Amino acid sequence: MIKLFKVKEKQRELAENASGGPPIKKQSAGELRLHKDISELNLPKSCAIQFPNGKDDLMNFEVSIRPDDGYYLGGTFLFSFQVSPIYPHEAPKVKCKTKVYHPNIDLEGNVCLNILREDWKPVLNINTVIYGLYHLFTEPNYEDPLNHEAAAVLRDNPKMFESNVRRAMAGGYVGQTFFPRCI
Amino acid sequence: MADTSSRSRDLDKLLLRPGNLVGPRFEPGPELRDDLQAFAKVLVVGAGGLGCELLKDLALSGFKNLEVIDMDRIEVTNLNRQFLFRLEDVGKPKAEVAAKRVMERISGVQIVPHFCRIEDKEIEFYNDFSIIALGLDSIEARSYINTVACSFLEYDSDDNPREETIKPMVDGGTEGFKGHARVILPGITPCFECTIWLFPPQVKFPLCTLAETPRTSAHCIEYAHLIKWNEVHGGVAFDPDNPEHMKWVYDEGVVKNIIPAIASTNAIISAACVLETLKIASECSKTLSNYLTYNGSEGLHTEVAEFERDKECLVCGPGIRIELDTSITLQKFMDLLEEHPKLRLSKASITHQGKNLYMQAPPVLEEMTRSNLSLSLFNLMGKLPKDVVHVNGTTIKNDQKFSCLRKLRVVFKGVDGVTDMDTAGGA
Ligand SMILES: [Zn+2]
Repeated sequence: MIKLFKVKEKQRELAENASGGPPIKKQSAGELRLHKDISELNLPKSCAIQFPNGKDDLMNFEVSIRPDDGYYLGGTFLFSFQVSPIYPHEAPKVKCKTKVYHPNIDLEGNVCLNILREDWKPVLNINTVIYGLYHLFTEPNYEDPLNHEAAAVLRDNPKMFESNVRRAMAGGYVGQTFFPRCI
Repeated sequence: MADTSSRSRDLDKLLLRPGNLVGPRFEPGPELRDDLQAFAKVLVVGAGGLGCELLKDLALSGFKNLEVIDMDRIEVTNLNRQFLFRLEDVGKPKAEVAAKRVMERISGVQIVPHFCRIEDKEIEFYNDFSIIALGLDSIEARSYINTVACSFLEYDSDDNPREETIKPMVDGGTEGFKGHARVILPGITPCFECTIWLFPPQVKFPLCTLAETPRTSAHCIEYAHLIKWNEVHGGVAFDPDNPEHMKWVYDEGVVKNIIPAIASTNAIISAACVLETLKIASECSKTLSNYLTYNGSEGLHTEVAEFERDKECLVCGPGIRIELDTSITLQKFMDLLEEHPKLRLSKASITHQGKNLYMQAPPVLEEMTRSNLSLSLFNLMGKLPKDVVHVNGTTIKNDQKFSCLRKLRVVFKGVDGVTDMDTAGGA
């Protein structure tokens, strides 16, 4: 291709001072796939999505979940989503922004949900992840604990677990840990 | 200088003599050798283990105009294989030291270093190079450069790639005793995105396993990284190259999980990549078609596989060409997509250069974009005579509904600057 390079290099030298247009943004394949996921979202009434950076930044968004069943009925839990440019090759990064007393969510907001890590597959999408998060609240699971104390209580004394959840959501202490109100 | 002529002795055997495997336009002779030096401009992306090798090999293969881009500084742990760096260089930018060292050793070569992130450069920066050689270790970075290089590609009205817009890439990668070298000619051979399935998804252990029953050293490492680190250092990002951070992880009883980088693997893969670069530029032989794998862990095994392009690739494919009047509104455009025989696309959501022109869902975005429907598409697209938009929606094939994502090359009729060439870019 050297002849071509030669022609182009000569043209470039001639056009040295030609002004370029405004910088253009190239969308990665990951952004395009995410665009598809978002435009096809079909969320239950208990879940809402927000885009804090406006309509053109889909890579960072928030989802709030208001469980309509189970221990966490009445609470509102906010999750942040961060999607990588190589999505869906890599799962979105999800953090729980609301401090919650939950066996599968630790106090730093890390979430233990299989489809976010070991079971992530590119055929999954944002809708599946949001449903997965929703299920964590209707069916908390003591077998995959991130918050060990909460998991032990759920396993050994579900009544006490229920009252701990109520106390935490109303804004109060469970053991040494304070939970801000989220009802 | 006597030195120069002896240096090109081996190269001359390829460039000054005819051969049987040469390309159709190959014209052997001193002019070819001189042109390679004068007009071929190669960018090396990455100045790590593989990047150092690429830079040295390119310089020794007669390329005189080189540039190198890398955002990292030299670490003590790099010195065993990144052979251009010395102990006193620790802390300095890799790109700058690598460029300086190669220029000191190989007379007549010009290397411009760029100490920055690849995303920091304007897109046009990358268009200045004849060939881009990749010595990277991340999928993200490869995917980014691939998107940029493919964005220069233009197709004619018969959907054939225009040769002068093809930005060749040569991609190398190594991991331990394994490596690959591939040639990407956008529009001709598969691009990185056409074959992203080649890269296995990264193994992520369940967080609860890490916290509860870390069984292997790999579990411990991730646990320390992901959970313990934040508990103790909340807010400070873990830096595996920061000695204090590493000491902390070490004291916690775990060590860094690194697949050892093997200097000889880098050398072999780089040699393959640079030979391909020389072949693309000079046409002194057929290029690798199109993906070479190397495995040196048990004996020595190399194999070449010819992967195929994904014709509908959103990044390198031609997409579907549509000619429009400048007066058409976004709503009318969407109606057209429904009637278009190749598309039959309903419930369209449309994005252009990162701007969402219309979104069907979720309701919050539908509301924000609804007012665009009555505006002219030409204006919404910044009055460009032609450009790429991406559309997703529902299509019907054999009476079945499919959700689909399509690339469209929109050309506005009668706007100055329109020729029969449309850009493929913008993926
Ligand atoms: Zn492709």
